Amino acid sequence: MLAYEKKRNALIVRLSGELDHEAAARIRRELDALVADTGAKRLIFDLNGLEFMDSSGIGLIIGRYKLMARRGGSVAVFGSDARIDRIFEMAGLYQLVERLA
Amino acid sequence: MNMINEMRLDFPARPENEAFARLAVSGFLLPLDPTMEELADIKTAVSEAVTNAIVHGYMNHGGTVRLRACYDEGGKVQIDVIDRGCGIRDVERARQPFFTTAPGEERSGMGFTVMESFMDSVHVRSAVGQGTTVRLIKRIRLRDEALPRRA
Ligand SMILES: Nc1ncnc2c1ncn2[C@@H]1O[C@H](COP(=O)(O)OP(=O)(O)OP(=O)(O)O)[C@@H](O)[C@H]1O
Ligand SMILES: [Mg+2]
Repeated sequence: MLAYEKKRNALIVRLSGELDHEAAARIRRELDALVADTGAKRLIFDLNGLEFMDSSGIGLIIGRYKLMARRGGSVAVFGSDARIDRIFEMAGLYQLVERLA
Repeated sequence: MNMINEMRLDFPARPENEAFARLAVSGFLLPLDPTMEELADIKTAVSEAVTNAIVHGYMNHGGTVRLRACYDEGGKVQIDVIDRGCGIRDVERARQPFFTTAPGEERSGMGFTVMESFMDSVHVRSAVGQGTTVRLIKRIRLRDEALPRRA
C-alpha cells in the first residue's frame, strides 16, 4: 500500500494497489506522520504500482501539496498511467505539483 | 431499455464497501467481455457515486447504499447508485467542477466531473431529506463472439 524511502530531505513514497476514499484516509494518516517524523521538505509520489484511483487521489495529493507548502516544501509525482493523468489533468493538478519524468 | 440481465445489491454505507461495489459491478459485466479500459471507466464512475453516497448522502453515519445494474443486447449498461440520505439541494451546482461541500475532508469537487468524463451519460435525481439516485450509462462495444443471447 505505502512504502517509502528517505533521500536527504526528500521522502519518496511508493503507492500501490487501489487509491479510493477508504485507502486515502489510511495513507493520509501514515504520510502526515512520516513527514512530521522525518522533517522532509520534498514529498515525491511514485505511482507506478497504483492499479486504481478515483478523485480521492486528487484530494490526497492536493492535501499533501498544501501541507508541504505550509512547511516551505514541495510535492512531485511520477509513474502515473494515462487514466490517472487524465484525472489529475481534469483537476489542474500539474499546475501545483511537479510531474517528474 | 430491453434488458437481458440485471442485478441488485444492498450494502451498508461503509468505506470498505467501495472496493466491493467496484468488484461486484465488474463481475456482473463479465459476460459482455468488456475491455480493461471500459471496465476501468465504469469502476471509476461507480467508485465516485458510491463514495458520494457514503460521505455526502449519509455523512459517514451509516445507512444503506443500493446498487442496481442492467444491460441490454446492444451492450448498453445502466447502473444506479441509490442512497436515502440528505439529498442535494442544487444538483446543477453540485455537478460543477471543483464544487464541494466537504473541503475539510480533502474532497476536491471532481467526482461528478470524473463520472461524466468516463461514462456516456450521468443522470442525477435528488430530493433534500429523501436521498439521491445517480444513473450511470455507458455502451460497451460488443466483440463478435461475445454477443450475449437472450436466455
Ligand atoms: N449522494 C449524495 N448525497 C448528497 N450530496 C451529494 C451526493 N453526491 C454528491 N453530493 C454533493 O455534490 C458535491 C459534489 O460532488 P463531487 O463528487 O463532484 O465532489 P466531492 O465528492 O465533493 O469531491 P471528490 O469527489 O472530488 O472527492 C458534494 O460535495 C456534495 O455536496
Ligand atoms: Mg465525490
